[in-house]
Amino acid sequence: MAEPTPHHLAQVNVALLRAPLDGPELAGFVALLEPINALADRSPGFVWRLQTEDGDATAVRPFDDDRMLVNLTVWESLEALRDFVYASRHLDAMRRRREWFHRLAIPYLALWWVPPGTVPTVAEAKRRLELVQRQGPGPDAFTLREPSPPPGPPHDANELGNSTRLA
Amino acid sequence: MAAMDPARREQDLAAIAMLREPVRRELYDHVAAQEGEVSRDQAAAAVGVRRGLAAFHLDKLVEAGLLEASFGRQGRRGGPGAGRPAKLYRRAAAEVSATLPPRTYQTAALLLAETVEQAGADPELYAAASRSGEAAGLQAAAGGSRPTVERLLAARGYQPYREGALLRLRNCPFADLAAQFPALICGMNLAMVQGLVAGLGDAAGAAAMDPAPGRCCVAVDDRRREH
Repeated sequence: MAEPTPHHLAQVNVALLRAPLDGPELAGFVALLEPINALADRSPGFVWRLQTEDGDATAVRPFDDDRMLVNLTVWESLEALRDFVYASRHLDAMRRRREWFHRLAIPYLALWWVPPGTVPTVAEAKRRLELVQRQGPGPDAFTLREPSPPPGPPHDANELGNSTRLA
Repeated sequence: MAAMDPARREQDLAAIAMLREPVRRELYDHVAAQEGEVSRDQAAAAVGVRRGLAAFHLDKLVEAGLLEASFGRQGRRGGPGAGRPAKLYRRAAAEVSATLPPRTYQTAALLLAETVEQAGADPELYAAASRSGEAAGLQAAAGGSRPTVERLLAARGYQPYREGALLRLRNCPFADLAAQFPALICGMNLAMVQGLVAGLGDAAGAAAMDPAPGRCCVAVDDRRREH
């Protein structure tokens, strides 16, 4: 059997602010932006993240509701992303999410595989997120809890479902 | 997750029954609490029994699925004089559990966690966890035996170990739930440990989140206790 083609993992998540970023309610979150982004940048398997000249993506407000923040990143593998999200100091920020963000009744995260070197656009990220929101996780847009394996070589893409367990 | 499959249940009960033997249980506790693998000599020395007896029990524990064995040279020494590879033991990854009569709290816990997550009720869960930890800490402190954070955490199954000034926790008592709802369950765990420390008295230390792959997300700085 052929080796699966290497793929990178694109990730988007959104978060609805409880209060303006420059207010006291969000001070704890704002204080963590730089250290947590720096931690991401030096994490094993980190490839890319969306940022403006401020060094983060908080100024990017692509939704009708401009309290909605977007976070868009690329990783070498699902494991690399998981280790950063759940097994680094990022988790400490995540456990405090309700201090800063409203609960969203719809899925707030989407993942999809991209060829290495791809820089995903915000428009594409919105489309993938809408896909998860509309039809749940699938091969074109999925979640951390229900991931989809990376696509195999073009010829037998459908036969490689079980060949992609990452160590 | 606790299995309802009868063969699995049989195995789990047999494994637990094996720990009735005090030496075997001490050996299990010792190996399970170590970060790396443990040789027969090390386990025998730690528990204070002869090597042959330790080997006998360690292999029984492997048969029961409580430990895993491998052959190797524990890192460092190689070359002449290193001898044959030693049989090394570590805690098995699989969970063993049995409740009599059968109960499936795990299923209930998963449903409750999912509901809390969907409702966004993290702060309420953390508050409840903090109260529960604090009550346990207060109760222990009132017991008069001057309990340490380390001993309390050990009694709750965290398998604490020292790393510099920090008390780290080898085992996550909520591992399965935490894997499915990491932010929620690790936040709950932190609040509970913080409550425990607070209940023991403010000199007991400070708990914070410091996660890394392969250990519990919480670490306790209890240096102040030693002054």
